[in-house]
Amino acid sequence: MSAVGERRITYDARGLAEPHAEAPRVAEIADGRATFDAHPLTTRQINLELRRLLYEEGITDVTVQNPGAKHSIGVGILTRCKLRFEGSLGYFGLGLIDGPEIVVTGRVGWSACENMMSGVVVVESNAGSLTGAAMRGGDLVVKGRVGARTGIDQKGGTIIVGGDAGSMTGFMLQRGRLIICGNAGPGLGDSMYDGTIYVAGTVKSLGIDCVPGEWTDADTELVERKFSIYGLGSPPAFQKFVCGKKLYNYDNLEPAERKLVL
Amino acid sequence: MCGIAGLIYRDGTHEIGRDLTRMLQSMKHRGPDSTGYALYGPRGHRIVMRYTLADSNTPRDFEFPDRLRRHQAQVVERLRALGATIHDVEAETEYAYRIVLELPSQNGTGDLKAIADRIEDIPDCEVLSLGHSLEIVKDLGDAESVAHQYELGGFTGTHAIGHVRMATESDVDISGAHPYWAYPFSDVAVVHNGQLTNYFHWKRRLERSGHRFQSECDSEIIAVYLAEKMSEGASLEDAMHTSLEDLDGVFTYIAVTDDALGVAKDEMAAKPLVLYESDEVVALASEEIAIRAVLDREIETYDPYESEVLVWQR
Repeated sequence: MSAVGERRITYDARGLAEPHAEAPRVAEIADGRATFDAHPLTTRQINLELRRLLYEEGITDVTVQNPGAKHSIGVGILTRCKLRFEGSLGYFGLGLIDGPEIVVTGRVGWSACENMMSGVVVVESNAGSLTGAAMRGGDLVVKGRVGARTGIDQKGGTIIVGGDAGSMTGFMLQRGRLIICGNAGPGLGDSMYDGTIYVAGTVKSLGIDCVPGEWTDADTELVERKFSIYGLGSPPAFQKFVCGKKLYNYDNLEPAERKLVL
Repeated sequence: MCGIAGLIYRDGTHEIGRDLTRMLQSMKHRGPDSTGYALYGPRGHRIVMRYTLADSNTPRDFEFPDRLRRHQAQVVERLRALGATIHDVEAETEYAYRIVLELPSQNGTGDLKAIADRIEDIPDCEVLSLGHSLEIVKDLGDAESVAHQYELGGFTGTHAIGHVRMATESDVDISGAHPYWAYPFSDVAVVHNGQLTNYFHWKRRLERSGHRFQSECDSEIIAVYLAEKMSEGASLEDAMHTSLEDLDGVFTYIAVTDDALGVAKDEMAAKPLVLYESDEVVALASEEIAIRAVLDREIETYDPYESEVLVWQR
């Protein structure tokens, strides 16, 4: 069994990793496309190289080979471009992105695509917990299974999961859609404010204030359109779940407001 | 935060000391305070005892070396008084020792409780592990420094678990470091990431059953809890399933015996664990980057779900 080579990372007094790192300039560029091997690079070097290619070189199609499940890769990409990660990403991958179209051929760890604003991310394998946390827009497609609390605090966009989802999926969902093609764990949609959850398989239990919703033509249109866009075949039959609107008193005044009124 | 890792080879012995070091070192950022190993070598008739006579950060007064020598002599003397035949004594560091011994009883196991109690009665002495194949090594610092100090690079065996600790609720010392041996049961150990909220409930309950704890750490409860269930006839898997009902809190733990390794997650799945499984090896860790430290190829990994228990035999 071979082992990965040792990587030494330096920190400054504030604990910031590699404060003086520079883009390694290792990418091969041809026909407007760039490719580089991330295996020998640190997280910061990979992100600096990506930013150099996208923002300085103006390349809009980049392939990153062997990301090796390193954490925090591909964060803060705020431009329209195509990225392909050939391998797996660790925690907090692809966070805070706005616009890119990304394919990950492996798995993503916890909190992938956190705070994603727009764009498309397709993960060919599985994802960890907290996938798409606080996501605001765009489409996130995970073809395998996802961990617990997927779509927690989601505020927009669509998350599509090809396999099963863990406990508390859609916890505190505020807006947007979660489409689960497999089974959902306990506490589905717990404390959700709004938004819609579709589940094709079984639901272990519903969370507080998550209730079955009425299926409409708009739901059929949405699911069929998303499946068609991402080549997922014919959609299975889904159950729909929405917020029961019993937990939060949207129409009541805040205590401070009530004081003013009264 | 802490990080846990486990590795079980299904195709014979490997250099598990070296491999687990790589896994733990890659998760140094999850806990730089201390690092611990529970390593399983080939099972033999003899018993291996790992113990410490002081902590690595115990103040070194003028009498420190004399005290260590005196206490070490007492360990050997007490073991002989209990009828043990001592085959080998190694000083791993100035305060940590490894003794290979044989007991006179029929199955060679003897009364491990009597041994542990008698040895720990020596001031500052702590028995880290006692078993036919289990050896627990733990100390302050990262995995590389502990492995170097204890020469773990050449340790061969079939399976192992490890822990990197970020001390949050107890001191930075060896007794607060994981893994925990399930005193006084042979060859059972646990590493844990999380918090048990009914720790005192179970501690009192297990103490009433005659158990004693070596630390104030909630993780030790899990080890003793499982070992007690298994001593009553439960399999490791059954004991782990029961633990999900009995233990309260957020946790992911890895438990290990001389021939099996298992993982359990609480009902909230609040603590991370990533898993890779093949016919040759099962590797699991708080972060995938640790698995990739020993499997340098594209692999398919996944997170176990809430309330899930998975057990593998070597």
